Amino acid sequence: MLNTDSIGIVETKTIELPGLSLENGEVVNPMEIAYETYGQLNESKSNAILVCHALSGDAHAAGFHPGDKRPGWWDYYIGPGKALDTNRYFVISTNVVGGCMGSSGPLSINPKTNEAYKSTFPFVSIVDMIRAQNLLIEHFGIKQLFAVCGGSMGGMQALQWAVTYPDKVKNCIVMASTSEHSAQQIAFNEVGRQAIMADPNWNNGEYSIHNKPNKGLSIARMVGHVTYLSDQVMREKFGRKPPRGNIKNTDFAVGSYLIYQGESFVDRFDANSYIYVTKALDHFSLGTGKELSQSLSKVKSRFLILAYSSDWLYPPYQSREIVNALEVNAVPVAYCELETEEGHDSFLLPSNDQTKVLQGFLNHSEIN
Amino acid sequence: MLGNIYKNRPDFRFIENLIEPGERILDLGCGNGELMEILRKKGVRCQGIERDENCVISCVEKGLYVHHGDIDRGLTHHLDKSFDYVILNQTIQQTLNPGKIIRETLRIGKKVIIAFPNFGHWKIRYTILRDGQTPVTPLMPYHWYDTPNLHFLSNLDFKSFCEYENIRITGTAFFRKDKQIKIIPNLICDLSLYIIQD
Repeated sequence: MLNTDSIGIVETKTIELPGLSLENGEVVNPMEIAYETYGQLNESKSNAILVCHALSGDAHAAGFHPGDKRPGWWDYYIGPGKALDTNRYFVISTNVVGGCMGSSGPLSINPKTNEAYKSTFPFVSIVDMIRAQNLLIEHFGIKQLFAVCGGSMGGMQALQWAVTYPDKVKNCIVMASTSEHSAQQIAFNEVGRQAIMADPNWNNGEYSIHNKPNKGLSIARMVGHVTYLSDQVMREKFGRKPPRGNIKNTDFAVGSYLIYQGESFVDRFDANSYIYVTKALDHFSLGTGKELSQSLSKVKSRFLILAYSSDWLYPPYQSREIVNALEVNAVPVAYCELETEEGHDSFLLPSNDQTKVLQGFLNHSEIN
Repeated sequence: MLGNIYKNRPDFRFIENLIEPGERILDLGCGNGELMEILRKKGVRCQGIERDENCVISCVEKGLYVHHGDIDRGLTHHLDKSFDYVILNQTIQQTLNPGKIIRETLRIGKKVIIAFPNFGHWKIRYTILRDGQTPVTPLMPYHWYDTPNLHFLSNLDFKSFCEYENIRITGTAFFRKDKQIKIIPNLICDLSLYIIQD
């Protein structure tokens, strides 16, 4: 059953680590990583689970910051007695490089100029994100992660971990994700980026903190938000009400809802980061078909792949491609397509079935 | 727990004795994973496919590797002869296109184990003759309108299929309730098991 015990009050920490070499040859130095940890690292350092966040997520995966009304984004699954049981595991969550929630990104100060990088921050990839996480893991002295786990963009990171560091990942959990973006997924991201770039305040990314491309970013979020829900959820939540027929304002409840989501997003997210991170998503590719099975031929983890029936952003066929490629390589893999109504966001929501599957998968691997 | 499974499932015991530790099997329509659990204890490397969500969840809870899917949608990604055994245990009668699936299992498995409820059993023949109705039996406990079974076959049907398709039958076992039987199987066994190769 779903356990609702919270890990309690937590704090996001930031660590400064030696420079991170990126895939494109550039170096981010110093490399700051924002992270949170829950539970205790055991003596042999063999009980760590790395949780990877999705596009607009952050290091705050569980528990509450002082004064918070809502807990971290995966609080349903991280805590004492929960699927990622903090009595057993040491759970680590980081903010990705290129992000804007504490890790090095366009908002960070470039030591060479003493000004924010903005659009001069180097291009980052999913590989760079996990290399940054690896710096933190090495800082903790962890030789092998008990598990890497993530949904959506977090799922891509988990997959990439298993490919880049096969000896460092014992268990790999990939939820609502893909081995590469389809043209449709790139298309949605492109609309978002174009909305930001069309904002008069964008200024080729060199906008000031007082004059940000808020409208563009909020439209990008509106498009994104549509893809996270399902037709059924939107119909139940908003239907067609209330059509007022005013050409200057939004007519429908769903419109007001999206505008609210967009406007509140600009308070917590940076437009340049949105461009960097969505580009990292679009560029990520382990291939499809034979190419994908070739990419996955070196992995050494056990895999759990989860897809959700109502997810039209990352449809289950993309998860099945990963499963098929793993099976071709005789890699042990469990795949479940959970029957849900909530669309792509399903992996974030409470579900007894998801808890059972995560727990079952993790419990059958021994902590050394 | 396992004792009970054995008692009702002599086919499980037969398959367990057949497959060696270290061999790799694919169990198509693996249900709750009971057979894979028995085989795993013996050191067999198991992968399953199952279309029912609750069964899949139950397999993952057991720590089994199961692929949530429908075997009618294809096994094409599996390489030739990549499994020592492919198992179709009371699955084949529920698939849309059994002939195609059997040929596909022979491609990806060195050997294939097929077990199915024998429709040639005398009680079934008698019931049809007496009542003129589709029989409901312990191994086929459904009515025509709610059964997952799309095909009904007997030992003779399966043998003639193999002859027609040039498939070699390299082993057989016939069961009545919890016992294995040797004589006039098409008349008295309720569960038939064949090991085939191409």
